[in-house]
Amino acid sequence: MEKLISEFSSGLFFWQTIIFVTLIFLLRKYAWKPILDTVNEREKSIRDSLNSAKEAKKEMENLQAENKKILQEARAESDAMINQAKQSGKELVEKAKSDARSEAENILAQARSSIENEKRAAMNEIKNQVADLSIDIASKVLEQELDKDKNHQEYIDKLLNEKKF
Amino acid sequence: MVYKISRSFFLLLMLVYASFGYALEEEKEQTLQEEITEYIYHHVQDSHDFSLFSTKDKYTGEKKYYGFPLPVILIDDGVKFFMSSKLDHGKKVVESSGKYYKLYHGKIYETDSEGYISYDENGKVTNARPLDLSITKSVFSILLVSILMFYLFRSLARSYNDNNQIAKGVGRFFEPIVIYIRDEIAIPSIGEEKHKKYMSFLLTLFFFIWFLNLLGLSPLGVNATGNIAVTFGLALVTFLITNLTANKTYWKHIFWMPGVPVWLKPLLAPIELLGVFIKPFSLMIRLYANILAGHIVLYSLIGLIFIFKNLVGSSLSLVLVFFISIIEVLVALLQAYIFTLLSALYFGFAVQEDDH
Repeated sequence: MEKLISEFSSGLFFWQTIIFVTLIFLLRKYAWKPILDTVNEREKSIRDSLNSAKEAKKEMENLQAENKKILQEARAESDAMINQAKQSGKELVEKAKSDARSEAENILAQARSSIENEKRAAMNEIKNQVADLSIDIASKVLEQELDKDKNHQEYIDKLLNEKKF
Repeated sequence: MVYKISRSFFLLLMLVYASFGYALEEEKEQTLQEEITEYIYHHVQDSHDFSLFSTKDKYTGEKKYYGFPLPVILIDDGVKFFMSSKLDHGKKVVESSGKYYKLYHGKIYETDSEGYISYDENGKVTNARPLDLSITKSVFSILLVSILMFYLFRSLARSYNDNNQIAKGVGRFFEPIVIYIRDEIAIPSIGEEKHKKYMSFLLTLFFFIWFLNLLGLSPLGVNATGNIAVTFGLALVTFLITNLTANKTYWKHIFWMPGVPVWLKPLLAPIELLGVFIKPFSLMIRLYANILAGHIVLYSLIGLIFIFKNLVGSSLSLVLVFFISIIEVLVALLQAYIFTLLSALYFGFAVQEDDH
């Protein structure tokens, strides 16, 4: 210990301390500060980039979800529209069908009634013609036998009227 | 890296051999063991020259040094400045503005013109010693490391600008270490919001110790972090920062420990106060002792090669030297880490809030 103290070189201590402290200040200004600043900045930018990437991913996911939602909505809407169209088409067809049916029935009924009328008219015509014919025939027949008797004509008309076709 | 270090040690062996080689055959008055001990002692000491190795003349026994001189600065009634080559490893007396100086066992003493060294009864030198602020080998290596660090980290800081915030070149190696010190040492010890003001010190400290330790393992043979003056300087800065930035809670824990019985509080205060000094003191001793011991072990093992002087023993020592040097490379990093981590912990104690 005594030797340590007696051998202690104050000159070396003096220079060592001066050089070392100067070195600390020099390096702080010209090396450590710029180095640590750059490293910190770089780390910060890496962290920020990672965060923004994460955010972008999240946003992307949101967007995708939204897209999906929109797509689903659109699909549902189109489905509804198709269904509605189908429904209304069916209704339309149904209506057309029923309309046609009733029309046809009307037409049929009209036709039937006009046929009935025509038939009746034709029957009347036929009745008249038959009456005329019968009178003609009968008159001709009777002309030969009863020629003058007017009562016969009336009698025959009466008979014809009684005979409904 | 291992290859490089082992190559370095091979070189070192060559250098050492160059200085031992002659002595093995001719020197009689000094045994080999003594010479190795002296060599190791000289190595772990600071020196006024940057000598790489020395040779001894076979016949005259004169030592010849290879290296380069460093400036000597003395404060003794004004500033005295001359190159260390003038001292000629203690063989010459230097005259500087009317005063005479001589290098004796690694220290500069004031002498008369003849270079007379006087001793007291214990064999201690009684000559006056001027305040020696020389640029010694250690100061030179500290300067070298500082310049290297400044260059390295300045270029790392600059490389960000031209390369879109990505480190380039050698910075790619150092940047993860910087981040490690921030994330694994500073933030866990001091805390997320308070660590920032200590970062400059911790980073400088870590790389400074690490680089100096590694330089100490190079064949240049410097031993800066194994010198107590250097570790004292480092620990002093830690001590000052700890106590100057400490908050009220820290001082309260020292002088009036909360949560213990009142009668115990005055007893704890001196112990805690002592702890304030023991903490940086342990830092100083730990680094100094580890590096010094590592150097001595390495040099002793290298010395063993020459003591064995046979194939088996010498090659065994060589293998040992090889593995110890690998361990020393790890120790160089580990000691830098420990010093930095403990400093950070002390700062953490100094600024922690009263939350328990």
